[in-house]
Amino acid sequence: MTTILDKPGFNPDRKYKIIGTSPVKHDGFDKVTGRAKFAADAFLPGMLVGKFLRSPHPHAWLRKIDISKALKVAGVKAIVTRDDFPEIKQGTGGGDMTRIAMAREKVLWEGHPVAAVAATSEAAAKAALKLIEVEYEVLPHVIDPVAAMQADAPVLHDYMRTKGVKGPDAERPTNIVERLVLSVGDADSAFKDADVIVEHEYDTKPMHQGYIEPQSCIANASEDGQVELWCCTQAPWVYRDRLTDILKLDSAKIRIQQSELGGGFGGKTTFYAEPVAILLSRKAKAPVKMTLTRVEVLKATGPVSGTHTRIKMGCKKDGTIVAADAELVFQTGPYTGSAFTNAPQAMFTRYDLKNVKTVSYEVVSNRPKVSSFRAPCVPQAVFGVEGVVSELANRIGMDQIDFRLKNAIVEGHKTIYGEVFTKIGFVETLKAAKACDHYNSPLPKGWGRGVACGFWFNRGGETAGTVNLAPDGTLTIILGTADVAGSRMSMSMMAAEEFGIPVDRVRSILADTHSLGYNRVTAGSRTTFSSGMIVVDASRKIIAELCRRAAKIWGVPEDGVVFEDGHCRPASSNVGDFTPLSMKDIASKTTYTMGAIAGHSEMNVTGAGPGFGLHIVDVDVDRQTGLVAIKRYTVVEDAGKAISPQQVEGQYQGGAVQGIGWALNEEYIYGADGRLQNAGFLDYRMPVASDVPMIDTVIVEVPNPKHPFGLRGVGEVPVTPTMAAIGNAIGEAIGIRPRSLPMSPPKVLKLIEEARVKGLGG
Amino acid sequence: MSRKHHITLQVNGDEHEFLCEPQQTLLDVIRDELMLTGTKEGCATGDCGACSVMLDGRLVCSCLVLAVEAEGTSVETIEGMASGDRLHPLQRNFLELNGLQCGICTPGILIAARALLEKNPNPTETEARYWLAGNLCRCTGYDKVIRSVLAAAAEMRGA
Ligand code: FES
Ligand code: FES
Repeated sequence: MTTILDKPGFNPDRKYKIIGTSPVKHDGFDKVTGRAKFAADAFLPGMLVGKFLRSPHPHAWLRKIDISKALKVAGVKAIVTRDDFPEIKQGTGGGDMTRIAMAREKVLWEGHPVAAVAATSEAAAKAALKLIEVEYEVLPHVIDPVAAMQADAPVLHDYMRTKGVKGPDAERPTNIVERLVLSVGDADSAFKDADVIVEHEYDTKPMHQGYIEPQSCIANASEDGQVELWCCTQAPWVYRDRLTDILKLDSAKIRIQQSELGGGFGGKTTFYAEPVAILLSRKAKAPVKMTLTRVEVLKATGPVSGTHTRIKMGCKKDGTIVAADAELVFQTGPYTGSAFTNAPQAMFTRYDLKNVKTVSYEVVSNRPKVSSFRAPCVPQAVFGVEGVVSELANRIGMDQIDFRLKNAIVEGHKTIYGEVFTKIGFVETLKAAKACDHYNSPLPKGWGRGVACGFWFNRGGETAGTVNLAPDGTLTIILGTADVAGSRMSMSMMAAEEFGIPVDRVRSILADTHSLGYNRVTAGSRTTFSSGMIVVDASRKIIAELCRRAAKIWGVPEDGVVFEDGHCRPASSNVGDFTPLSMKDIASKTTYTMGAIAGHSEMNVTGAGPGFGLHIVDVDVDRQTGLVAIKRYTVVEDAGKAISPQQVEGQYQGGAVQGIGWALNEEYIYGADGRLQNAGFLDYRMPVASDVPMIDTVIVEVPNPKHPFGLRGVGEVPVTPTMAAIGNAIGEAIGIRPRSLPMSPPKVLKLIEEARVKGLGG
Repeated sequence: MSRKHHITLQVNGDEHEFLCEPQQTLLDVIRDELMLTGTKEGCATGDCGACSVMLDGRLVCSCLVLAVEAEGTSVETIEGMASGDRLHPLQRNFLELNGLQCGICTPGILIAARALLEKNPNPTETEARYWLAGNLCRCTGYDKVIRSVLAAAAEMRGA
């Protein structure tokens, strides 16, 4: 059967009425008036407050937990510990998830939950937490991933053996989860053809997704085993399937409703308090709300992987890159699941390299389990790659963008992971960057200008949705993906465009898990693309049905009716002289035809067009303090087709500023005791308004022919090149390019002094 | 448990009273007792600005004010910003210029921005950025936030 995936109906000459405009988001009004309901904004009658007790130790055996005194506190209704969770074997997906939710044999990071209390007030819950007696047998810990790889490092899991190694090393308990080799051609011999070789080591630090809304949920479990869960999530169906797995529930008995999402960026693709709140509610026989504090968010959710990498690349004098070689270490927290395999696949994908060798490691250590973040694990690798690329261009005296153009991939390129690209817009992006005002403006004396490129696969995947036609001819769309920044509006716009009606006649809502089939996580820049495909498919089904009804009303054959601008019309004057029927004309009479009209669609969406971007940044470095000021910033990126240009710009700008924070400030600081020392927004400092300039954007549009409107995902690419671009700019300013994040004043100051000694830079 | 305190105050022009524990913050009470959930909690330590309200005409982080301190005061929250169905120019400009993505920071930013424009109807970009430096936004990169504030200022000046 032919589907929309085979026949998206993309028409490069189509003139759009709604797509490409930026109408006000329908959900915006509630957000500027305080009405919008985020996770913590809901209340149920009789609701209890749930609070966690967390481990003060980074690594210890959990010998005994005594809750008897705590249970006696007035107002305490239930306490949950490891004993309340079904046993699932260690080292399995479910086994890890259940142990992240509640420590079982061991605590593995400072902040690991060991118990939780539900009480009638926060004060009562906190009083009870103080009375829970926990016996720990403290073990040596390890925080740094490279240290965790050493033979004498404390081992977190006795059962762990490295996947992907053979020989005696494969038999030893270890912290190395996996060794992954991904290669093409023969890098080792190809380096012989290089005129210039650059090789450096880099490291990046974990940063937190930094959403302003802490995780919050309300669980309501009834005596007959049914559960309702309200929470902020990017992945209601994923939560459902994982919760049913670890709590041994039927999917039909748990209904999850997503709230408004106060930021996620990947960090709300996995649950924390939710299973605990369900167990507390079951025990207490009352709804339980659990809201994490900011300290808990920083100590026990997210962050992204810190890395240590070594990157080597070589090129000829004419600029052709001949070979690349990389070694990458990814820290994942105490359990596997960093998505590190993205890095070797994406790190060089934009250059036409015939010879590449990569070896990647994922390593556990005593830190919170990492979570997704925009383009998971890719920006860390790109920080090194684009640093080396810039140095190569400088060494052969070639313009930074020309050097990248010389090696840029085009349609037909076969990637290191086997995908063959259809139409891509990398060359167009580079050319737009070269032509943009920023790149052509003179650089004030003493400043540095850096550029760097990024790539993200963009994703599709399982998606379901419904479009309903109401008797008055208006449309309601039921979506299963989350709305992280305005996707409901993009869906309404796509439906309105397809029907040829004003967007005000369409509204989109977010479904609960009972109302639609499976929807994959809202991540990987897949939502506007995948849910958009579903909405257009469902809309086309409605249009076909409207034509059928019109044919019936007129008593003409079905192919005698066409649909345009919200009306069914006779296909030609031969069909007959009928007054066009509006959507309302038909929908208001469905009782007399064949009943209500709706379109539904669910599929594994394919055809996401890859995304490419280039960032240009000017920095001024204070030579006395090492403080880096971002003076000018431009994001150039291919959006395929911008449904709402304002929203696309917002993604570019937001991604870039998150990258600025990662580049200059954000990091986790641990003491020798393995405890996080900066678990608050004062000391974990994200960019504030006065830290950054306006972020200029250039939206390149090279349509993705696999989508009805040509769009590509845009959310991940904007953070991939940021740190590299800033690093390159600092290098241009001071003469030595930093290779360790964050590029904070003390580190930059050291490099300034080093450059002075070596007689480099300005 | 400690004795509760009886507090009366004005919120958005209406009289309210509630009982609170001595350790409860004004933010706790606004959200959990008065059910005005437009004011958000992002950190509870005065570092994110999501809980910004006006207290007797002064911009404060309501997470740093004890509820008992609010006795006899007048508090303004986001719920009181629009008049009837007419949005405040700041609210409208944030909508029209996409000054919000997820929207969790938006109430706090709007309250803080209104306080700025009351003091300084014609702020420069730099002044707006420094004034709003206490309001974290992780989504927008601030570009459209600042543009929305400056556009609203211009509109309010009749420029
Ligand atoms: S919640 Fe008050 S400043 Fe963050
Ligand atoms: S719009 Fe999401 S934090 Fe500001």
